[in-house]
Amino acid sequence: MANTVSVPTPRPGAPAGRHEPQARSQERRDHRAALFFILPALLGFAVFYLWPTIRGVYLSFTDYSLLAPPEWAGAANYVKLIGDGSFWRSLAVTLEYVVINISVQTIVAIVLAVMMHRLTKSSFLRGVLLLPYLVASVVVALVWYWMADYTLGVVNQVIGWIGLEPLGFFGEEHLVIPTIALVNVWKHMGYTALLIFAGLQAIPRSLYEAASVDGSTEWRSFWRITLPLLRPVLAMVLVITVIGSFQIFDTVAVTTQGGPADASKVIYYYIFEKAFSQFDFGYASAMGVALIAILAGVSLLQMRLLRAGESDLS
Amino acid sequence: MTAISMPSAKTAVARPAARQGRRTRIGRIAAWVVLWIFVLLTLFPFYWMLRTSLSNNRMLFSDPSSWLPVAPTLGGYERVFGLATIQEAQAQGGSGASISFWLYLRNSVIVATVITIGQVFFSAMAAYAFARLRWPGRDKVFFLFLTALMVPPIFIHLPNFELMKNMGLLNTFAGIVLPYLFMTPFAVFFLRQFFLNVSREVEEAAMLDGAGYPRIFFRLILPMSAAPIATLAILTYINSWNEYFWPLLVTDPTNDDVRVLTVALGVFKSQTPQGSPDWAGLMAATLVAALPVLVLFAAFGKRIVNSIQFSGLK
Repeated sequence: MANTVSVPTPRPGAPAGRHEPQARSQERRDHRAALFFILPALLGFAVFYLWPTIRGVYLSFTDYSLLAPPEWAGAANYVKLIGDGSFWRSLAVTLEYVVINISVQTIVAIVLAVMMHRLTKSSFLRGVLLLPYLVASVVVALVWYWMADYTLGVVNQVIGWIGLEPLGFFGEEHLVIPTIALVNVWKHMGYTALLIFAGLQAIPRSLYEAASVDGSTEWRSFWRITLPLLRPVLAMVLVITVIGSFQIFDTVAVTTQGGPADASKVIYYYIFEKAFSQFDFGYASAMGVALIAILAGVSLLQMRLLRAGESDLS
Repeated sequence: MTAISMPSAKTAVARPAARQGRRTRIGRIAAWVVLWIFVLLTLFPFYWMLRTSLSNNRMLFSDPSSWLPVAPTLGGYERVFGLATIQEAQAQGGSGASISFWLYLRNSVIVATVITIGQVFFSAMAAYAFARLRWPGRDKVFFLFLTALMVPPIFIHLPNFELMKNMGLLNTFAGIVLPYLFMTPFAVFFLRQFFLNVSREVEEAAMLDGAGYPRIFFRLILPMSAAPIATLAILTYINSWNEYFWPLLVTDPTNDDVRVLTVALGVFKSQTPQGSPDWAGLMAATLVAALPVLVLFAAFGKRIVNSIQFSGLK
């Protein structure tokens, strides 16, 4: 993949034109300049991204509590992982979150994006809808924690007006994950809509005009033009949002801390707990590796299913 | 193209034109209504934050669904900034525990500012090297940067935590800032896209005048790309302001010297008594934490919207 964009570089020793020595000194100057420009970022990347990744994989094969040096443990952490009910439980909880979060969010975002596309060019509206995305997830979590409070929360006041009993959104096992999933739909719907909207703008308006001349309704144009042509963009958006969704942490950490009764203990929170409450870095790393594998698998599957690379437009 | 071929509607052109026109109009009105419901849904929690923060916490229960602040007071803000005496705080339903949000506000400003300056500057240098200079291994390194986006942050955080601990940088600004100071893959991609589009002629002209790469970068590329660089700086500032997980890891819960606002919010929430939380104070704190983002948004909203539309899928 990387090779497709490579720029031909004159090889040292190959005939490089009229003034060979000059070209070579030019090339050396180029390399020196490149080194100067890339060095800080490369250093940061190597120390804080690349090395930790390698180190993390190594740690996943060790027994490590931070106090003594890591001890090689072979595949012990992975064996433990397979038999760890809490791990599977946390995966199931995360999956429930991802399914609710992504399905609602994607549908809402498509609706919003189509309305932005077909109704108005107002960038003010787009901006307002983006606002929750820009606010810290901690802030979002706390505001909704308050609004969904059992006794004083405004959401339960509204539910009371309709004549229903109040709901313990963050306090009941079967409600806590749907609640957190919807809170993050609120946070991300405008952002996702904006990404889809960007894809919509690539669809030529002439197609809609032609369809409308032929007597097609908006509804029909949506199913026959918008959705099929949007598929590659939608696939990309889904890959991005699903990966993000699996990494749910902040909302859980400030509101329920995994409770009640581990009903909201998502995989990220479980890893965090293992590493920083129980200082089992080896095991936490092994779960991290498992998470990477899951994310890679899910992304590949999505790309396959949605045939992300192909476009109907060409 | 097959998906969009419309069944020819020539036979039905004359009859339903008027009815269809009316139906379209009703459909459009309905769509506008839905859009505005989403806008209200987006804005309401912000209003509720403000309304609650200006209420007297002791009195909140008396009228939980009041549109206006209940027994309006600035007490919530006074508690947050440590301006209220313990008696005053407790009279209004605060915990009376001393909170120093000035300190956390200052810390957040320091962290976000330092990260923004470093990350944008070093990423710009790297982006220039990727976009314009020739050096061996360039495309491979770029590909490596790309893949780093696939690794979940928590996996990288574990070894990075270990590193910070070994270097004695826990509970320091350096510990919070370092991993983000030199680059993020996103920042490099973002700027590379723009640098690729800067006209080569200008650069070549400067080179004929004897300017070296550093001079071209500082005197030409940076000024010509001022707009995208400013946009990236705004996005970086917002992101680092909102970051919760990493600052939570590298700072001790007992030590608040370098605690940032997002972490402080979580601590504040967990400190308030379970039975009768200080909602007014908590919402005041939340609003203070969200304020810089709201201000940046008010000033640069359009720019942020455009940049996300532009960069989201690249």
